[in-house]
Amino acid sequence: MTATLDVGSARLGDPTGKSTNAAARRKTLVTRIVTHICIIIGVIFSLFPFYWLLVMSTHTTAEIFGYPPKLWVGSSFAENVKGVIDNVDLFRALLNTFLISAAVAILVMFFDSLAAYSFAKYNFPAKNILFTILMATFLVPGSLSLVPSFVLMSWLGWIGSFAALIVPGAANAFGIFLLRQFAQSSIPNELVESARVDGAGFFRTWWSIGVPMMRGGIAFLGIFTFIGTWNDYVWPLIVLVNPQRQTLQVALSTLNSIYATDYGMVMAGAVISVVPLIGIFIIGSRHFIANIAAGALKG
Amino acid sequence: MTATNPAVSTTTPAIKPTTAPAGRPRNPLKRFWPQYVSVAPFYILFLVFGLFPLVFSIYLSFTNWDGMGKRTFVGLAQYRYLITDARFWNAVGNTFIIWFMSTIPMLFFALIIAFLLHQNIRFKGFYRVAYFIPNVTSMVAMAIVFGSVFSNSFGLINSALQAIGAAQIPWLSSPWGIKFTIAMMVIWRWTGYNAILYLAGLQAIPTELYESARVDGAGTWSIFGRITVPMLRPVILFTVITSTIGGLSLFTEPQVLLGNSGGPGEAGMTIVLYQYNQAFTQFDFGYGSAIAWALFIIAAIFAIINWRLVSERDTDGNTKRRIRRRREVAR
Repeated sequence: MTATLDVGSARLGDPTGKSTNAAARRKTLVTRIVTHICIIIGVIFSLFPFYWLLVMSTHTTAEIFGYPPKLWVGSSFAENVKGVIDNVDLFRALLNTFLISAAVAILVMFFDSLAAYSFAKYNFPAKNILFTILMATFLVPGSLSLVPSFVLMSWLGWIGSFAALIVPGAANAFGIFLLRQFAQSSIPNELVESARVDGAGFFRTWWSIGVPMMRGGIAFLGIFTFIGTWNDYVWPLIVLVNPQRQTLQVALSTLNSIYATDYGMVMAGAVISVVPLIGIFIIGSRHFIANIAAGALKG
Repeated sequence: MTATNPAVSTTTPAIKPTTAPAGRPRNPLKRFWPQYVSVAPFYILFLVFGLFPLVFSIYLSFTNWDGMGKRTFVGLAQYRYLITDARFWNAVGNTFIIWFMSTIPMLFFALIIAFLLHQNIRFKGFYRVAYFIPNVTSMVAMAIVFGSVFSNSFGLINSALQAIGAAQIPWLSSPWGIKFTIAMMVIWRWTGYNAILYLAGLQAIPTELYESARVDGAGTWSIFGRITVPMLRPVILFTVITSTIGGLSLFTEPQVLLGNSGGPGEAGMTIVLYQYNQAFTQFDFGYGSAIAWALFIIAAIFAIINWRLVSERDTDGNTKRRIRRRREVAR
C-alpha cells in the first residue's frame, strides 16, 4: 500500500492499516469527496480566465458592456475575428512568432544536445572549467542587459530583424545542463565505446546514439523553448520596431492599447494568440510537467 | 514520477579517454576538436550576447547618453540621482508590496494543492495539467482578460458586487486596487507551477519515514509539521528564491494592464517597468543602466539573506538528526 499522507484517512490513526469497518470506510469516502471538491474549486480558478476570454470573444462589444454581464458564449466570434484582421495584421504576427519560436527551438535542441553530449560522455582538457562557467551564467539576470543588448543590436544592424530574437537564444545554459543530466544517466558508455571501436566519429555517435537516447529530454527542451519564445514580450517589444515584423504578443498589446474600446475584437485577438500555445502544451504536457519538477529539484 | 526520472538517478562517469596510441595527435586541440566544436556555440553566444552587454552596461551606467548623440562620462552622477529619485523608490516600494501580496498566498495555496494532489485520487493527470496551464499561457492575453474582469465600470467582479448590493471597488484606478489586481495575476499564473514542484518534493519523501512515525503514534499534524515540511525545505527554498527573482523583475503584467506610465499615480510602476520607461521611452540609456544595476544589487541582497537563513537552519541540525533516526528505525 502506498503511504501517501492521507489527511483524515482511517489508515493514519490505525497502525495495522487493516481497518475495514463501515465507519472507517464512510470516513474515507467523505475525505475523498472533500478532497475532490477542494481540488475542483482550484481548477475552476485556474481555468476560469480562459473561459471568460472565450465568452467575451464571442460577443459584440455592446453586449459585453451591457448589464448583467454575459456568462455564456455568444455568436459574434467570426465578426470579432474579422475586426482583428481588418485592423491589425495578426496572422502575419502569428506567422512571424511561429517562425521565430520554431527556429529558436530547433537551434537550441541542436546546439544544446551536442554540448550536453560532449559534457556528459567525454573528458577533454578544461572541461570542468568550461562547465563551471556555464553554471555561473545562470546567475546573470536578464533585465540587466536590456539596454546594452539593444545598443549591440543597433550596432549589428539587427534592430527590426528576426536575427535579434533568434541568434542570442540559439544555445542556452539551462538546456545544456538539463540534457547533460539526461545523457549521463540514459546513455550507456559501452554503447558509445563500441560505436567508436566500429569506427564512428564523435558526430556520428552523437547523432546515432546520443540523440535517440536523449529523445525525451530533447523533446521537453524543444517544447519548453518554443513556448518561452512564443510568450516573450519585453525583448521583441524593444527590438522589433517595424509593425510588419511584430510578434504576436506585441501585436496583441498594440491592439489592446489602440482599440481598447472594442473589447470583443481584442478578446478575439487574445484567443488567436493563446489557442496554439495551449494545444502545444497539452500535446507535450506529460514530458513537460515531470521535467519542470525534476529540473527544480535537481537545482 | 521522480523516482523513475533519469535526471535524478545516479550518473555514470564519462568515458575515459583511451591512451593515445602512437600516431594519434598529442595536441589536445587536434585530438579533442569535435568536443570543443560542440560546446563552442554556447560560449561564443555568451561572450557576445551575455558577457559583453553586462560589462558594457556597467560602463553605460557611468555615462549620460540618449543612444544616438554624444556619450559623456559622468561618474557616479546617475547613482547619486537614483538615490534621491522619488519615482525610483516608489517603484521599489510597489515591487515589494506586490511581491509580498502575491508570494505568500501563492506558496500557501501551492502547498495545499500539492498536498491534495498527493492523495490517492483519480484524474490526477488531468488536475496537474489544469493547474499548470496558467503558467504556459500568454501573459499579454491574460493581462487583457484580468483587465476586463477587474474593470471599474463593466468588470465581472464589480458587476457581482453590484448584484449583491455591495459598493463597487475602483480596481484599476486606486493604488491598492492596482496592486491587488497585479498580485492576483501573479498568484493565478504561478500557484500551479509551485504546486507541481511541491508535489514532486512530496513524492521524493521516503515512505518508511511516514510508516515509522505512525508506528511511534504520531498524528497527522505532527507528521506534517515534523516530517513533511522539513523534508520539503529545499523545494520550499527554491520556490522562495525563484518567486523573489520573478517578483523583482515584474514587467509584462503592469505594462499591458496600465501602459508605460504604471497607472494613476504610478501605483503599478515596478522597477523593470521604470527601467524600460527611462531607457526606451525617455531615451536615457545611462540612467536605465543604473536602474538595472540597482535592481541587481537588491536581488543580490535578497539572495544573501536567503542563503544565510538556510545555512543557519542547517547547522542547528535538529530536524535532520530526527529524520536520520527515523530512517534507521525504519530499517
